[in-house]
Amino acid sequence: MAVRDFAVGIGGAAGQGVATPGSVLAKLFVRRGLHVNAYNAYQSIIRGGHTFLTIRTGEKPVRCLGDDLDMLIPLNQDTMDRHLARMRAGSAVLYDVAKVKPSGAAEGVQLCPLPVAQLAKSPLHYNTAAVAAVLRMVGVECAAFEQLLAEQFRRKGDAVVTENVAVARAAYEYAGANFHPYPFTLPDTGRPLAVATGNECLAMGGVAAGVKFYCAYPMSPSTGVLMWMARHAQQLGIMVRQVEDEIGVINMAIGAAHTGCRAMCATSGGGFALMTEALGAAAMMEIPVVCIDVQRAGPATGVPTKTEQGDLWQVLGAGQGDYPRLIAAPLGIADCFHTIPQIFDLADRFQCPGIVLADLLESEGFSSLDPAELDFNPPRNRGEVIGLDGEVAAPLDEYKRYLRTESGIAPRAVPGTPGHAHVVATDEHDERGVLISDEFTDPHKRQAIMERRQRKMEGALARIDPPELNGPKDADVTLVGWGSTWGVIGEAIEHLEREGIRASHLQVKWMVPLHVEAIQSALAGAKKIVIVENNYSGQFARYLRSESGVVADAHIRKYDGEPFLPHHVVDGVREVLAGRTKKYVPVHEIRV
Amino acid sequence: MAEPAISDATTPLVAKPRRAALTVKDFKGKAEPDWCPGCGDFGVLNALKSAVAGLGLSPHEVLTISGIGCSSNLPGYINTYGMHTLHGRALAVATGAQLGNHRLKVVVTGGDGDGFGIGGNHFLHTMRRNVDLTYIVMDNQIYGLTTGQVSPTSRKGMKTKSTPHGSVENPVNAIPMAIVCGATYVARGFSGQQKHLIELIEGALRHRGFAFIDVFSPCVTYNKENTHEFFKQRTRHLEDMGHDPSDYHQAIEKGTLWGEVIPIGLFYKNDDAPSLDELEPVLGDGVPLAHRPLSVSPEDGRALVAELM
Repeated sequence: MAVRDFAVGIGGAAGQGVATPGSVLAKLFVRRGLHVNAYNAYQSIIRGGHTFLTIRTGEKPVRCLGDDLDMLIPLNQDTMDRHLARMRAGSAVLYDVAKVKPSGAAEGVQLCPLPVAQLAKSPLHYNTAAVAAVLRMVGVECAAFEQLLAEQFRRKGDAVVTENVAVARAAYEYAGANFHPYPFTLPDTGRPLAVATGNECLAMGGVAAGVKFYCAYPMSPSTGVLMWMARHAQQLGIMVRQVEDEIGVINMAIGAAHTGCRAMCATSGGGFALMTEALGAAAMMEIPVVCIDVQRAGPATGVPTKTEQGDLWQVLGAGQGDYPRLIAAPLGIADCFHTIPQIFDLADRFQCPGIVLADLLESEGFSSLDPAELDFNPPRNRGEVIGLDGEVAAPLDEYKRYLRTESGIAPRAVPGTPGHAHVVATDEHDERGVLISDEFTDPHKRQAIMERRQRKMEGALARIDPPELNGPKDADVTLVGWGSTWGVIGEAIEHLEREGIRASHLQVKWMVPLHVEAIQSALAGAKKIVIVENNYSGQFARYLRSESGVVADAHIRKYDGEPFLPHHVVDGVREVLAGRTKKYVPVHEIRV
Repeated sequence: MAEPAISDATTPLVAKPRRAALTVKDFKGKAEPDWCPGCGDFGVLNALKSAVAGLGLSPHEVLTISGIGCSSNLPGYINTYGMHTLHGRALAVATGAQLGNHRLKVVVTGGDGDGFGIGGNHFLHTMRRNVDLTYIVMDNQIYGLTTGQVSPTSRKGMKTKSTPHGSVENPVNAIPMAIVCGATYVARGFSGQQKHLIELIEGALRHRGFAFIDVFSPCVTYNKENTHEFFKQRTRHLEDMGHDPSDYHQAIEKGTLWGEVIPIGLFYKNDDAPSLDELEPVLGDGVPLAHRPLSVSPEDGRALVAELM
């Protein structure tokens, strides 16, 4: 019997190696062509505390963590105590008999004590033993794991490989002889998939966009982008710099971008706050640059290792004055990859900053990806630029950097181009780039300049796909979300359908420019609009109302630092439809 | 007349004057300076134009970057590529620009508040990185554009609009600071001594690495203490004092002198320290980042996907 999906939870103290079996299982699953979605709930601590990695796999695309676990692997007693009671009938708990004792019994849960000391010489081999036992119980042959062990430990020498393979085989046999297998097997679809974190996708998206300059100041949960870039920089010919602070980061990126590089940086909300003045400067000088804000729970230092969609208004209002900007919130991990080349093309065309609003759920979670979808050479458009392609003839008339045009876009010459020397300034300036701020005597000129700059955004809207409403027109409820909640809302809708509740779904990716008319018409006939978002105040609900006049009937909000699970949304819809509340805030069951 | 294309990276940009076709006049900017009559910044602007013309540079080869303040208006007054950025951020922008296209001759200009106050952090880190650029600070020991408040280089005890009873803070001494922080060309000039200043700027433009010139550039409107006359009486050329700019410790010591004699000239020069772009393996093939194709080779693309499988 094939299975729809299978979820494993691995918990322990930080430093106990929760991540290793997680990534090993992920790799084994995707190599069988199974989809994967995983998330590590962790703490801002290097050793100790409680971390819990959930990895879910299935034949069909897995868009979120799901509600239940099929297997629990507690690496310490704390994890056993926290989670055993939440395990459902038919699930199993696998643990080192010498380290962990079952805390009470759970109805229908198979306890699988693994005598690690008998199977392996060193407790270091526990992960290997545990993974092998899991594979035996889901009917996956050991050979695939042995091959992975050989790859993983190749650098440590043959002896280490042989030792690990022996442990894997022993544990595999032990599990076969002593534990009941699941009543299904994980198939091999024959179409291997890839697996990556959102941070890796953001970095690789930069590669696909043609980024040649990346700089950052380390800040959770965006640091993974810097680390990936640093590892691959020399091979790919990308300059990577760690800078003294985020103010330096964005200004350095702007400097590089002005010379013609595609320049990118990533941070989290706190670092983004430091960058805001310079984003306005990029817009004023009309230099395309892309900045990623990987949101974490705020305000201030907040909860550095927890997720939230709390920076929407920060990025909407970043910096003083009105200026054109692009803001996109990727719809899940794979979309992190695609969003970067998209926003670079728009930033180049419209000569303004682009902001990517990802979050910890995406950046530190990992997902299977279709390798065919990882196109590192998508079509690219640099917009109107002078001096990047070979020789440039000197202009007949004086080159005007900020020429007044119908589209609002004036061709930009990069420094080094003969005959086009000009100044770009953060002070207000005329068509020639000459400051008008110090001797301000011309309000009409300022008005025309403002209108020319802002006019660029009209062109940008036409190049962005409008969000689409999925599901029946006459649905009982319409769920509206933005960014990373795309997957969990989609799955919640399937659950609702099984309960006889027909729901439709509108997920918004592009915050600025916003497809106001498309959203208005998509929601025009909605019976009940419920906005789902991972923050306290309903930042998107307020934004949607301010831009479109659409007022939601109810809200589902979560701001405890953990992501939504499908049943949180389902429960909320049920409560709303029963008329019991207009704002449902789920309580996160202690799985973390 | 079409100007020649930018030189090949293997040829040092300012090894020798390539032609004398351009004069100071050719570097006149689009706008007239709006500085007060008698401002020291006129002398710095003139010296900079003379230096770039004297070295045979063309306007398109030079990128002049500033922050905010009276002196930071300079890019508008010189005919080169220019960036008039945010207050305090010129060095960060300049680092990005220099690395984005390391064939450009990058010059950063600004004031003491811009560089040592709000931009202090970037000043420190740009020096320790030895970024290949010339940083000219027009030091007037006062905040001029905001009408006369205390600056990081104002004398302790100086009365300003924000320190009516006299400043109680110690001033920054940028010369020893720059030497200790890793700048590889450290000099001090006086806008009232043109020939000397032009030589210092030419030397800075020729230098490969971070070149810093602190220039006394008196504010005639808001600083009645550190006037042209004040510096005229006190400044002495290091060249006449038997100073050896290759001596690190002597340079720091000379940098601390301040009183009836204030030394100006080249304090320190280190030609052996490679600049940041020279140390970056990514720039090894010489092609500026900005002029590289965006495409990813099929092999690299396949390798990246293979890592994930």
